[in-house]
Amino acid sequence: MKAWNGRKNALFLLAAAALVLCAVAVAGGLLGEQAMVTDFTRKNLAPCGQFLFGTDWMGRDMLSRTLTGLSLSIRIGLLTAAVSAIIALALGVASAVCGGWVDGVISWCIDLVMGIPHILLVMLISLAFGKDFVGVVAGVALSHWPSLARVIRGEVLQLRGAVYVRTAEKLGVPRLAIVRRHLLPHLLPQFLTGLVLQFPHAILHEASVTFLGFGLSPEQPAIGVILSESMSYLTTGKWWLAVFPGLSLVLIVMLFAAMGEQLRRLLDPASVHA
Amino acid sequence: MKHRLLFTGKKLIRMVLLLLGVSLAAFLLMSASPLDPLQTNVGQAALGTMSQEQIAKLEDYWGVNTPPAERYLGWLGDFVRGDMGTSLLYRQPVSTVIGQRLQNSLWLMAFAWVISGVLGLTLGVIAGANRGRLADKLIRGYCLLISSTPAFWLALLLLVIFSVWLGLFPIGLSVPIGADASSVTLADRLYHAFLPALTLSITGVANITMHTREKMADIMESDYVLFARAGGESAPSIVLRHGLRNVALPAITLQFASIIEIFGGSVLVEQVFSYPGLGQAAVSAGLGSDLPLLLGITVVSAAIVFGGNLIADLLYGVVDPKIRRGAAKR
Repeated sequence: MKAWNGRKNALFLLAAAALVLCAVAVAGGLLGEQAMVTDFTRKNLAPCGQFLFGTDWMGRDMLSRTLTGLSLSIRIGLLTAAVSAIIALALGVASAVCGGWVDGVISWCIDLVMGIPHILLVMLISLAFGKDFVGVVAGVALSHWPSLARVIRGEVLQLRGAVYVRTAEKLGVPRLAIVRRHLLPHLLPQFLTGLVLQFPHAILHEASVTFLGFGLSPEQPAIGVILSESMSYLTTGKWWLAVFPGLSLVLIVMLFAAMGEQLRRLLDPASVHA
Repeated sequence: MKHRLLFTGKKLIRMVLLLLGVSLAAFLLMSASPLDPLQTNVGQAALGTMSQEQIAKLEDYWGVNTPPAERYLGWLGDFVRGDMGTSLLYRQPVSTVIGQRLQNSLWLMAFAWVISGVLGLTLGVIAGANRGRLADKLIRGYCLLISSTPAFWLALLLLVIFSVWLGLFPIGLSVPIGADASSVTLADRLYHAFLPALTLSITGVANITMHTREKMADIMESDYVLFARAGGESAPSIVLRHGLRNVALPAITLQFASIIEIFGGSVLVEQVFSYPGLGQAAVSAGLGSDLPLLLGITVVSAAIVFGGNLIADLLYGVVDPKIRRGAAKR
């Protein structure tokens, strides 16, 4: 058996984090029914053996509510991060490859989107889509691409100077073929890492806008909704309504961030020399 | 001197164009909204009891029947003359509402901006200079934790601990309830702004620290630091004389780039503490389809952000002689 090294360690951590996230997503999906059950004989219970996270003012089990909310967050996070990463890839590559006015317009758009505070932009987009589930997804997906697009643009500009790309250009290989055969494979590590590192942002912003009341309906136990509901009960000392759901959200986000870090370690070992 | 002016002028023109773009984008998004402002603000039940003329009057008030292009050009024309329209929710000129709210928020944001900048720079320099050691690990752990924490949850947590359990701070608002504007003292304002400002500072630190740390670690590996070390210079002196000077440029960028994050954070934090600032106004404008107010807030916040970037660009030349002379050559 080969020696246990940092690479294997990273792979192991990556797999473990992915497994936990999948487990939470599935558990939340299964507990969806239970999260809605109200039982007025057991309302406002502090955390105990039977109800680890306590119950709320309608006797709903906070643990299953939290898990359902987290699984919703994870699914929205995956979807929005994927969409925004693909937008970033397309625009970043287009901007660097086409140059000229295309580059000018795309760079201007990047500056534009980066100039509006994220949360305002998500609010505006979710308004445009009518403050529902689609609105939140579109809002988060359409506001997170600029920074990754900028990174990819820089990367492509650098790659274009490489000898093999210039040779291919001189040999008359069509632009699209160069992009597909020479540029995209080189961008893959950057892209994947960027994609995974989008998750934490996406999840946090999703929670933020739902907390503010844009997006998901009050019946849906999203983390943002749970926390905004808890606000009215905090002053009467029901701290568990806010503390545990928030804490588990922090854990999930940290897991995603750790996954991104480990993935970077695997795909781009030179950048992590600490 | 001439090239500096030219440079500033170019940046200013770009900024105006970007602001125009922001207002157009925000306007298009808002007019694309399928939400009916009458349904949202008046309610189905009230609408049912109204006569046709009353409804027509209300539709006129919320601008339902004017075409979007006409509305935008009208807004733009007024905006250039300094009139940002009338807020539909607050029934006051938008500029008045924004002025009042911004005054409240500015306290908060300026405090958080300065604290998070100074603290972030210090922590980043410490972590970068001691890379791999205990101090670095602790600081990095703190940053990872904070950057994974939603600002509004941190605000809730602080609210529970300091206001509900310990009873040290008020639960919300920027001044004591029922007090005259004239009897509000500076101490009152600080007292009420403390918890929101603390939350914003705590969350703002993480990003600045992590980036400063990276730059500082690069500097510590450079040849000139190696040379200084070989020459027998002590570690604190290396950090002060070589580290800080070279980290100054990225630090300026980070400091001004953090404005946008602090603004975003203030929207959430103000909502939790029901602090009557600009962010809270933005949320109620968004929820209530108050188009002129939301448009005004978007443009004003974008102007603040772009203004910050412009100042950072200009400061480069002041701080770094290389940029100053490089620009002179061109």
